Amino acid sequence: MATHHILNYVVPGDDFTRAGEASSAVKNTLKQLGIDNAAIRKVSIAIYEGEINMVIHAGGGTITVDISDQEVAMILQDKGPGIADISKAMEEGFSTAPDEIRLLGFGAGMGLPNMRKFTDEFNLQSTLGIGTTVTMKVKF
Amino acid sequence: MKLEHIIHLEHCKLVCAGDKNRTISKVFCCDLLSIAMAKAPANGAWVTVMGNRNTLAVATLADVACIVLAEGAAFDEDTIKQAQKEGIAVLETELPVFDVALKIHEMI
Repeated sequence: MATHHILNYVVPGDDFTRAGEASSAVKNTLKQLGIDNAAIRKVSIAIYEGEINMVIHAGGGTITVDISDQEVAMILQDKGPGIADISKAMEEGFSTAPDEIRLLGFGAGMGLPNMRKFTDEFNLQSTLGIGTTVTMKVKF
Repeated sequence: MKLEHIIHLEHCKLVCAGDKNRTISKVFCCDLLSIAMAKAPANGAWVTVMGNRNTLAVATLADVACIVLAEGAAFDEDTIKQAQKEGIAVLETELPVFDVALKIHEMI
């Protein structure tokens, strides 16, 4: 039977500087498990972009990561305002981030497109007033 | 080229030594963190004007060996301490991005 490593994280909604803690921890675990660097980078990008999105748009959220010997499955969930137009949100360059976020080097409309681009499976479910759930997989 | 050769660059102040034995692969310039995250080369020297904590987070994820903060950009003390933990060198300079990147490129 395949071994699974399950990791759970809470992304705080009010602290931009702590975004990256989950992706960094997952990266270290994947390194320890001997996963190849290309896959580690993909997972790191997908989770970090998700963390940033949760801080900017959703007041935080949760991340669950399931590492098996064949893939990393990620579930990112928030109870934020939801996404009004998902196809627009998936366009590179479309952003609703405020100016102060742009001054930090984010908010260029690359987050969700990067998450889709660097994962093998990407699914986004969002309901206005309820929240957003992104499920992604990176396969080895 | 080993990192120890670029940490003494002219007009640059070394604020975090990093891991001197790392070999620099390439110099990379970008201020947009989503692009840097995707494209910064592993073991690269990354030149940017973004002097905030997220720059270090991106550098860590991308396995960057050295961050060069150009145009007078700077990290706060906590970020420098964290960079030391991550083994990432940090240089600060008043030089423009292109000028300092060119200097490093010529050394590689």
